[in-house]
Amino acid sequence: MTVQVLIPTPLQKFTADQATVSLEAASVDELIKALDSSFPGLANRLCDEQGKLRRFLNIYVNSEDIRFLDNQATVLADGDEVSIVPAVAGG
Amino acid sequence: MRCYGSATRIFGVTSTLTSRTFSGLRCRECGHTYEAEARHVCEDVCFGPLEVAYDYDVIRARTSRASIEAGPTSIWRYRDFLPIEGDPIDVGTGFTPLLKANRLARRLGLKELYIKNDGVNMPTLSFKDRVVSVALTRARELGFSTVSCASTGNLANSTAAIAAHAGMECCVFIPADLEAGKVLGTLIYNPTLMAVRGNYDQVNKLCSEVANTFGWGFVNINLRPYYSEGSKTLGYEVIEQLGWRLPDHIVAPLASGSLFTKIRKGFDEFMKVGLVDEKPVRFSGAQAEGCSPIAQAFAEGRDFITPVKPNTIAKSIAIGNPADGPYALDIASSTGGNIAAVNDEEIVAGIQLLAETEGVFTETAGGTTIAVLKKLVEQGKIDPSETTVAYITGNGLKTTEAVSSVVGQPLTIDPKLGDFQAAWERAQSLQRATWESVGV
Repeated sequence: MTVQVLIPTPLQKFTADQATVSLEAASVDELIKALDSSFPGLANRLCDEQGKLRRFLNIYVNSEDIRFLDNQATVLADGDEVSIVPAVAGG
Repeated sequence: MRCYGSATRIFGVTSTLTSRTFSGLRCRECGHTYEAEARHVCEDVCFGPLEVAYDYDVIRARTSRASIEAGPTSIWRYRDFLPIEGDPIDVGTGFTPLLKANRLARRLGLKELYIKNDGVNMPTLSFKDRVVSVALTRARELGFSTVSCASTGNLANSTAAIAAHAGMECCVFIPADLEAGKVLGTLIYNPTLMAVRGNYDQVNKLCSEVANTFGWGFVNINLRPYYSEGSKTLGYEVIEQLGWRLPDHIVAPLASGSLFTKIRKGFDEFMKVGLVDEKPVRFSGAQAEGCSPIAQAFAEGRDFITPVKPNTIAKSIAIGNPADGPYALDIASSTGGNIAAVNDEEIVAGIQLLAETEGVFTETAGGTTIAVLKKLVEQGKIDPSETTVAYITGNGLKTTEAVSSVVGQPLTIDPKLGDFQAAWERAQSLQRATWESVGV
């Protein structure tokens, strides 16, 4: 499954300033591992020591928050767009 | 130009004070520090939110009750506590009335109740004018010429208006289903207005993506550490307007949770620098049942927030994924306060109750606050002897849809005395039953 990942500005230092990257992954968990393989150190930014997504980070698959899907086990399909978004104040 | 108040100041020409009282930004979670730039998350370590770090020894040396009282009748009387370096963008924001609400207090069974009425804040009739005044001042200092925001309505109004005053380019994003008053109240300032087909949390996501690729100053994204500090002035003003004392209990609406945490920070800072005697203050938060992720977590004793999809008339506080929710939870728990939710019917009744008893017409967020205040009193969770302050953060004229079906119609008559007398008698007999049941 090739998915497009939108990288937030604070993480673009890991991706050589790329705002979008394409990776192979079948789930969000796999995607985090794939990101870390391509851009070492990125997983430590995204997840805590237990591998759980940090509480001030949100991940969306095709504009849907993964907490309304299957969290980090959310399945990815070919062509999905995954967005990593730090928490934002209101509104 | 206009001037008012004992400080006799003309807006827009507040005198320059150049030295700043803040050193940079600090992560609220891990304490890692950063330069005072346009950044909002702890990108080197944990992605926690960044806050402005102040030098309180400098602030303590520079401020006193007298120096504050001699300042302008706006938020800028507290400028030593705000993260700017040069001249503020001053549109007369802040120092809104603190109304002693005797009739509402009697109705609810409280002895001393105050309404902090930011529904008459300047220039756009909500507390957002406070945060935007600070954010755009800092945006200008950091070199931004275009400013933007994701908004549930009030922030859009404020960003567009103050950007117009400052001569900045402005592009704001809102959910497409907002109330007509909030949309018109943004368009009139001639920004670029993007109505996004989605809820606020989806608008936020889009704006974060836009912020990644456009070099704009987003007031609630990359300028958030500065923006959010503006809400502290709601804490300072209440202390000063109560005669330099703290209330016992406050009730405020909860959307992202930022306002709640910053009122607390405002109280704490005035205690820290010795401007007010230390004492505990209980913090209670108000949410709409149709979007109550923080109230749900509080009721279940959780320390984490599970996001929800909003479905309420209280659109201005309809944030399903509240960024500062964990902090709001902690404040309510640690101060002995509560977080409660009310349904849409109770919200409308809250708007009516405040209007009929105090002559204050608030929007749905204010209706939520009043309804929760009433509920907490009825449940015995607010002591009648406590000095209580309810924060009203927006104006009812922006959300007339919420109450248009419950306020009735005018009595239409011909210009004849007989017609008036007949209509008057009819009105009196109709209202008598209501008066007898109210008894205020």
